[in-house]
Order: sequence, then C-alpha cells, then structure tokens
Amino acid sequence: MENRGQGRIAFFFLAPALLAIGIFFVLPVLAALVMSFTDFDMYSLANLDYARFVGFRNYLRLFDDPLFWKALGNTLYFLLAGGPLSIAVSLAAALLLNARLVRFKTFFRLAYFAPVVTTLVAVSVVWRFVYHPRFGLLNYALSLVGVGSIDWLGDPHWAMPAIILMAVWKNFGYNMIIFIAGLQNIPRELYEAASIDGASPWQQFVSITLPMLAPTTVFISVITMIGYFQLFAEPYVMTQGGPLNSTLSIVLYMYQQGFRWWSMGYSAALAFVLFAFILAGSLVQTRLQKRAGAR
Amino acid sequence: MKKGMQVLLYGILIVTAAVTLAPLAWMVTVSLMPTGASSAFPPPFLPTQVTFEHYAALFSRGNLGRYLFNSAFLSVTVTLVSLVFNSLAGYAFAKYRFAGRESLFKLLIASMIIPSQVTMLPLFLMLNKMGLINTYMGVIIPGMAGIFGIFLIRQFAMAIPDSLIEAARIDGASDFRIYWSVILPLCKPVLITLAIFTFMGTWNDFLWPLIVMTDDSMYTLPVALANLSLEHVQDTELMMAGSVMTVLPVLLLFVAVQKYYISGIMAGGVKE
Repeated sequence: MENRGQGRIAFFFLAPALLAIGIFFVLPVLAALVMSFTDFDMYSLANLDYARFVGFRNYLRLFDDPLFWKALGNTLYFLLAGGPLSIAVSLAAALLLNARLVRFKTFFRLAYFAPVVTTLVAVSVVWRFVYHPRFGLLNYALSLVGVGSIDWLGDPHWAMPAIILMAVWKNFGYNMIIFIAGLQNIPRELYEAASIDGASPWQQFVSITLPMLAPTTVFISVITMIGYFQLFAEPYVMTQGGPLNSTLSIVLYMYQQGFRWWSMGYSAALAFVLFAFILAGSLVQTRLQKRAGAR
Repeated sequence: MKKGMQVLLYGILIVTAAVTLAPLAWMVTVSLMPTGASSAFPPPFLPTQVTFEHYAALFSRGNLGRYLFNSAFLSVTVTLVSLVFNSLAGYAFAKYRFAGRESLFKLLIASMIIPSQVTMLPLFLMLNKMGLINTYMGVIIPGMAGIFGIFLIRQFAMAIPDSLIEAARIDGASDFRIYWSVILPLCKPVLITLAIFTFMGTWNDFLWPLIVMTDDSMYTLPVALANLSLEHVQDTELMMAGSVMTVLPVLLLFVAVQKYYISGIMAGGVKE
C-alpha cells in the first residue's frame, strides 16, 4: 500500500476520533492541570475572571486536610485489602474451572461472571439490603453458624470490609477470565514432565503455574489497581462515605468538593493526586515485572 | 481417590455459584413481594404471594419508562457513533502509512493511564458553556471515540491481508468504499465485541451521567435508581424492582452474546 495520497486519506480517517479525543479528553486534562493551580469556585463558574492563580496552594492545602488523608487512607485500604483478595479469588476460580475433571464449565463460568456485567449502582442497592443488620441475608447466614448480628454498613470498622466483600463478588469473574486464558497458554508438557519427576500438584503449582502466570498476574494487578483507585459508586449508594467518613474515597471526596461545594480548583488538585498515585502504582508494578523477567 | 477429588471440586464449584448468584436471585424474588414482606426474620427467600405492584408503581408513579428510554437511547447512540469513529481510526492506524504513525499510536496508548475523573471538571465547564448540560449530547460527546476501541480494531485490522485491499483498489474502489465494504465486514467479530463493551459501559456508567444530567427527566437508570434508593430507603421491594429493571437488560444481553464479550476481555488481556 505505497501510495502518495495515503497520508491525506489517513488524516481524514483519523480526524473524527482524534478530534473528539483531543477536544474532549486531552484538552480537559490540560485544563484540569491549570485549574488545579487556581481557586476556581462557584463564583468563577459565573464569571471566569474570578478565578485566580494560587500556585501550589491547593496541593499544600491537601497536606492539612484531614478529610483528604482519611479518603486516601480509605482508598488504599480498599485497594490493598480488596485488590489482592479479589485476585486470589479470581485465580482460585480460574484453577477450578481449568481442572480437567470438571464439566459444565460454561455454566459455572457464566454464573461467576454474571456479577461483572451487572450495574454497579443496582447491585450496591441490593447489597445494602444484604448487609441489613436485621433483615439482611448475610447476618442471617452468619446466625446459622452462631455469629451474632453485625451492623455492616453502620459500624465504622465493618463498613469498608463490607464494601470490599461486595467489590470482590462483583469483580472476580473478570480477572478469572484473563487467568483462564493465561492458564491455557501454559504448555501441557511442562506438567507432564513434572509429574514424571514426581512433583506433587502443589509443587507443580508453585514452580510451573505461578511463574508462567507472572505476566498475566502483573497485567491483572495493574488493571485491578487502576479500577480500585476509582472507588465511587459503592460508597455513594451504600454509605455516602460514612459512617464517620470510614468509606470516603478519593473520587467521592473529589466529587463532593467539585460538584457539591463547587471548589473546582481544589477538586482538580485531588484528581491529579489520584492520577499520580495510579501512574506511580503502574510504573512500580511493570518495573517489578521487568526486573523479575530479566533474571 | 479421583472420584473423591471430583466430588470435592464440584462441591466447591456449586457452593461458589450459589453464593455468587444468591444476591441476584434475591433481588428478583424480593421485588415480587408485597410491600414490607421482606423485612422479616429469618429473611424470606421466596415470596409467599407474587405481586408486580412495584413494577407497575415504578412505571406509573415514577418515571421508569423515561429512564429506560434515556438509558437505551444513549447506549445505542454512543455505541453506533463510537463504532464509526473508532473503526475509521483503527483501520487508518493498521493499514495506512503516514509520518508519526507509531509515535501517535504509542502516545494514545500511554494516555489510557489517565483516569477519566481528571477530565470531569473542565469537561463539565466546557459542556456548560456550550449549553449541553442536561442534554443527551452531554453524555454522547465524551463517548464519541475511545482509545481502547481504536486499539482493539487496529489489532484486528492488522491481520487483514494487504492483498485484499489492493485487489479492491485495482477494481477502482475508493478508500472510503474499501473501508465500508471490505474492512468493516471483515472486522465484524471485533465490531460486535466492541459494540457490546460500549453498550454495557454506557448503560452501567454512573458518575458522568450523575454530573451531567441535572433534571429528573434526563436521568439514566443508574442515576434514577441511586436517587430512588437514597430517598426511599425503607421501601426495599420497590428498590429491588428498580434494580431488576436496571440490571436485567444488560444481563440478558450478556447471556445472549457472551462469546463475543469473553473474547474481548481475552483480546485486551493478552496485549503484551
């Protein structure tokens, strides 16, 4: 396809998408960066002249804002407890579904995957009732094994674990599918050779499955982390960030600052802090993989 | 030994499936109970008497028909528009040679790391200036093109042999004609996959419609449901009916086309 007019035609083909991305994605990102250095607020909304540059004041204000630290801590709690838990459940489900003894794989896969495609807001509403201290399914199930009633969403110690549990339920099917693809890429001969050498299933798992899955696991960790950093709908619907701000997430705080109090400059600074964390987390994880791969 | 192993495996699989599906099944059964019937201990799993009053109430007293239309209209429109935009660009990246192609593509991929929340505030101000807050365009415009979609189509289109395109060119087909009648039909599987992803993504999206749609008549289902659930905290059966109406369309769609959906996840998952 060597043709003089290629560049021109490619331009026409690319123009609609690139214009849309440029105007409604790239430009807002840059504008948000500028905004994060201003005191853009409700008055600036009516008249742009009221917005002034304030340098790093928004970012400095974050340091002194206990709610920001609370939101950051909560988000990291959600991420560091929920992320690994959800990846572990995904891997376990993938191993089960990949077992040669199992039939009806399509049915089980469908069942495990169903929560992934459901609407987050709707299942948050459902789970709010699952967690109901008196009439909820979970406390009923626990009462059968002798555990007393827990006020899941009303107790600051239990609210975040409750949200984590729901998030794992909602998400594990997605990573499970990627793990299954990864498992199917591992050559059968490796296991056959290992069992001839007398390796137990556990030894095979540790010395064949896990290392061979490493690239898949890194990919899954990165996308899981990115998704978990953006926690929003669950606390919005189930707890509104409470009780005692125990489920206030960065994005929820950003939303409140930006669209409830209209402190848009401050909210933009929050957005960039979120971005910085996501970027740093992704870089660290891919670095680790490269280093492990080089060995 | 093998037999025992198998029983154990199935036991775990079945219990996991039951636990996974229980909240969804309960959502449906509670939505069919008379008002207040679910607030009992032990929690009833099946309705003693089945009623559709909550669905009727959502349509007659609430605005459910309108929300359903809003969600369906926005999801279909965003899907169609973004399919055209993304396939044009994905095809150009795959099959046209132009200066800066690789670096431009790499830049796009790299920018996927930027969370969409970063764009929300300026995007809101922009659309506000354009008078598009509380309009369908407010949701459609930011969804017109997507980097992931361009990526997916490029990967697929790269596998199309150049000879097919050359043959069409020799037959005198224009570039747009080749795109429309050669490339698009060949890309059908990936287009279907992308269509499902986009449709479901738009249907399930919450944060952006929550920001852009300020008037009740413009709400999408998730926004309306979140509102309902915060106002009618006590009315469990009504909320469950609202949840069913929100979840059911995408769940049915998924069951119908799961093959394409799953293959899309795998295509995204093995991109290294």
